Amino acid sequence: MFKWLEKNLPKIVMAPAVGLIGWFVYGFVLWTLYISFTNSKILPKYELWGFGQYEKLWASRKWLISVDNLLVFTALFLIFCIVIGIILAIFLDQKIRAEGVLRTIYLYPMALSFIVTGTAWKWILNPTLGIQKMFVDWGFENFTFDWLVNREMAIYTIVIAGVWQSAGFVMALFLAGLRSVEDEIVKAAKIDGAGLFTVYWKILLPMMRPVFFTSFVILVHISIKSYDLIVALTQGGPGISTTMPALYMTQTAFHKSQVGLSAASAMMMFMAVAAVIIPYLYSELRRENAR
Amino acid sequence: MQDNIKSSSYQQLEQKSKYTNIFLRWFLYFVLILFASYFIFPLYVMIVTSLKTMEEIRQGTLLSWPSGLNFDSWAVAWGGRGYGAGDTFLRPYFWNSIKMVVPAVLFSTFIGAMAGYVLTKWRFKGDKWVFLFLLFGCFIPYQAILLPMARTLGVLGISNSVIGLVLVHTVYGIPFTTLFFRNFYVSIPTELVKAARIDGAGFFKIFFKILLPISAPIIVVTIIWQFTQIWNDFLFGSTFSFGEAAPIQVALNNMVLSSTSVKEYNVDMASAIIAGIPTLIVYVLAGKYFIRGLTSGAVKG
Amino acid sequence: MKTLKIEELSKNFGSTEVLRKINLEIDEGNFLVLLGPSGCGKSTLLNIIAGLETINEGNVYIDDYNVSKVEPKDRNIAMVFQSYALYPSMNVRENMIFGLKQAKVSKEKIEEQLEKVAKFLQVDSLLERKPSQLSGGQRQRVAIGRALVREPRIFLFDEPLSNLDAKLRVEMRREIKKLHQQLKTTVVYVTHDQTEAMSLGTNIAIMNHGVIQQNDTPENIYNKPSNTFVADFIGSPSMNLIKGKLKQNSDKVYFIANGSNFEIPINGYNFKEKKNLDNKEVFFGLRPEHIFFKKSDEKDFEIILRADLSEYIGHEQIMTFDYSNQEVLAKFPSTIKIELGKEIKLYFDLSQTSLFDARSEERI
Repeated sequence: MFKWLEKNLPKIVMAPAVGLIGWFVYGFVLWTLYISFTNSKILPKYELWGFGQYEKLWASRKWLISVDNLLVFTALFLIFCIVIGIILAIFLDQKIRAEGVLRTIYLYPMALSFIVTGTAWKWILNPTLGIQKMFVDWGFENFTFDWLVNREMAIYTIVIAGVWQSAGFVMALFLAGLRSVEDEIVKAAKIDGAGLFTVYWKILLPMMRPVFFTSFVILVHISIKSYDLIVALTQGGPGISTTMPALYMTQTAFHKSQVGLSAASAMMMFMAVAAVIIPYLYSELRRENAR
Repeated sequence: MQDNIKSSSYQQLEQKSKYTNIFLRWFLYFVLILFASYFIFPLYVMIVTSLKTMEEIRQGTLLSWPSGLNFDSWAVAWGGRGYGAGDTFLRPYFWNSIKMVVPAVLFSTFIGAMAGYVLTKWRFKGDKWVFLFLLFGCFIPYQAILLPMARTLGVLGISNSVIGLVLVHTVYGIPFTTLFFRNFYVSIPTELVKAARIDGAGFFKIFFKILLPISAPIIVVTIIWQFTQIWNDFLFGSTFSFGEAAPIQVALNNMVLSSTSVKEYNVDMASAIIAGIPTLIVYVLAGKYFIRGLTSGAVKG
Repeated sequence: MKTLKIEELSKNFGSTEVLRKINLEIDEGNFLVLLGPSGCGKSTLLNIIAGLETINEGNVYIDDYNVSKVEPKDRNIAMVFQSYALYPSMNVRENMIFGLKQAKVSKEKIEEQLEKVAKFLQVDSLLERKPSQLSGGQRQRVAIGRALVREPRIFLFDEPLSNLDAKLRVEMRREIKKLHQQLKTTVVYVTHDQTEAMSLGTNIAIMNHGVIQQNDTPENIYNKPSNTFVADFIGSPSMNLIKGKLKQNSDKVYFIANGSNFEIPINGYNFKEKKNLDNKEVFFGLRPEHIFFKKSDEKDFEIILRADLSEYIGHEQIMTFDYSNQEVLAKFPSTIKIELGKEIKLYFDLSQTSLFDARSEERI
C-alpha cells in the first residue's frame, strides 16, 4: 500500500490540476457543444435538435454584423499593433537614454483592465466635452469628432483604445526578440557596410519570424475574445453597430435567454480560436523538442 | 599626392556619418516621445479630470489644468454621498475584489507549482500530453464555458458569491500557473533532484526544501500575473455575480453606465483610477516581473 | 609602411580600464595572434581595429592612414566571428555577397568573386543552403568565404575555432594556415588557445589585464618568455618556476633554491645586466621537457630529487618531484618506470634556463 502510494505520488499530486481542467474546461466545452445541438431556451433541454441553432445563428443579422465587425477590428488591430510595436522596439533598441522610462510608459496600459481603459477613452472620445471640444476651443471651429456615436465609425474607436492597450505588448515581444540576437551578427553586418535600415530590414526583421507569429496569435486571440472593452466603450452601440461575437454570446445567453443559440455562437468562437492556436501549439512544441 | 586624396575622402566620410547620425538621433527621440504622449495622454486626462469640478470640466478642455487639488470626486467615488438608495460607490466592491483575489491567487499558484514540479522533475509516460492538455486551457474562449459554469455554480449554491468567483478564477488560472512553473523548473538541472533523492529526500521534501527556496522569481511572476488577471477580470465577474457580491470592475462599469442624473465625469475618472491603481502600483514596483510574465505567458502560451 | 599600426591606445568601459597604452605594428603579410586569458582585452582590441568599438586615447593606422574615426565598412577589413555570425535568413550565396552588394560592386564582378572564392573553399555546392542546414565546419568555411570575397587588406579573426569540436578544430586550423600561406594577406587573430597561437602565428602578442606582455615570434615566446606571466601561460604543463636566490662568486653565478644548500651553476646565461646579482631573489625557470631521465648531453646537470606523483597520459607521463618542498614537473616517455617515493637522478638542460626577478617578475 505504502509502496504503491510512494510510486504514484507524482500522479496523485498531478490529479487535482488534471481533474479540474478536465472537468471545467474540456467537460464544459463538450457540454456547450452538446447544448448547441439542442433547442434549449431558458433552461437546457437534452433532446438533440440537429444544426438548427447554427442555421439560426448564420441567418441572424446581428451575428453577421458581429462577425463583420470582428474581421474589421482584428485586421486593423493586428496591423496597428504590429507596426507600432515594431517601430517602438527598433527605436528603443538604439541605446536610447531613458529607455526604461519609455518602456514603462508604452507598456503600462497592459496593467489596466479593459473596463478602466474603456471608461477613460469613452470620456476622451465623447463628442460634447472630449477631444472635439478641445480642438474647437483651440480655434478649429468646424472640427467634429463624433466617432463614438456614429454608426459607421464607432468600431474604429474600439480599434484606437485596443491598440493603445496592446501595442506596448508587441513592442516588448519584439524588443526581447531583437535583444536575443547575437551581437556578432550586427557587427558582421556593419563590417559588410550595411546601414541601420538595411541591418533591420534585411537581417534582423527576417530573423524575427517566430516573434511575428507569436504576436499574430496572441493578438488574434485577444481580438476574438474582446468583450470588456466593447462593454465599457460602446455597449455594442450605437444600435448594434459595434457588436462582436463575445458580446453577442453573453447577450443571447443572459438577456435573451436563448441558451441553445448562444451555445452555438460560443462554439463558433471556440473553433475560430482553435484554428489559430492548435497550429501554434504544435509548432511551439516541435521547436521545443528540436532543442 | 595620393595620400591627400585618400585622407580627405576619409574626412568626408567622417563628416557625412556625423551629420546623418545627429539627424537620426533627433528623429528617433521625436518619434519615441510622440508615441509616449499617445500612451500617457489618457492617464493624464483621467488624473486631471478627476481633480476638477464639473463646472471646470464644462469650461476647460481635456488638457487644461485643474484649479487645485480637489479630491471631492475621489471621496464620492470611494465612499458615496451618504444618502440612501441609488448611492453607488466603490469601497465595498474593492473589498470584494480583495477577498476574491487573495485566495484565488494563492490556490492557483500552489496548484500550478506542484503541477510544474511533477511535469519536469517526476516525468512519467505521456507527461508531454498532460502538459498540452493543461496548456490548451490558456487559450479557450471563456464563452464556451460560461453556460455550464453558471449552472454548476447554481447547483453548488455559490452563484453570486465571492466564493464562486474564487473557484472560477482558481480553475482557469491553473493552466497559466502550471505553464510558468513548468518553464521555470525545466531550466533547473534535474541533477539537483537526483542528488537529493540519493541523499534520501522524498517527493515533498525535495519540493519544499530544494525547489521552493529557489523559486522566488517565478513565484513573484506568477503571483503578479494572476493578481493582474483576476483583478482586471470583467467577464466572469459580470456573469457570475451582481449586486452586493460584484468585484470592482463590474461595480465600476455599473457606476459609469448608471445614468440616473447628469454624468459626472470627474467621479467616473476617479473611480476608474481607483479600480486601476492596485495593478498600476504592482506594475510600477515590479515591472520587470510583470513583463516577464507577459512575455513568457505569451511566447509559450 | 606598416599594414597596421596601433599607437598608445587606451580604452575604458566606464571606470574599468580594458586596454592600457597599447603599441603594436604588423608588416604586410604577417599573421599576428593576440593571445591571452579571457577578459584580457584581446577581443576589445580586435573590435577597435575593426572600428566596432570607439577609442578613448591613441590611434589606429591602416597603411599609414589614421582610421581611428572611420566606419568599419570603409577600413578595408573583413572579420570572421566566433559564432560565425552568418545571417540566418539568407542562404550561403546571399551571405557571401552581402558586403559586395552593399558596396555597389557590379553584378559581373560579384559573380566572378563568388565563384572564385566558393571553389577555393569548396563551398560551391552549398550556395543555396541556409546556414541552419550547414555543419559547424561548413559554417566556418562560409564565414571565411564571406570575408574572402571582399579581398580586404587585413583579415580579423575573433576566436573562430572555439565553437568547433576538438578534431574539427585541428583540421580547420590547418586550413587557415594553408589559406594564409597561399593568399599572404595580413591577419590579426584572437584566441585563448596557445596551440592555435603557436601553430598559426608569425607573431604572437600575449596580453594580460589590458597590457601586451610580450610581442615576439613563437620561438622567442616559448624559449625566452619576458616575464613569469608569459612563462606560466605558454606550455603545458607550464614552466617550473623555482623560488630561490642567486649567488655570485667573482665571475660565476649559482642558483640556490629556498630551503636547500644545493648550488646550480648558471653558465652561459644571457643576463640583461650582469650586475648586483649576489643574493638576488629570483625564480629559476625550466620547462618540464628540459628535464631528462638519462644524460643526453655532456653539459646536462645532474640532480637528485624524490618522485611524488605520476600522471600517465598515453604517449608520455608527467612526473612531479619534490625539490626542497617545491614542486618540479618533468615530462618523460611513458615507457620509463619510476618508483614513487624514491630519490632518483635527473638531468637538467641548463641551456634552456630562464631567470626572473622575484619582485618585478621580469626576465633578467
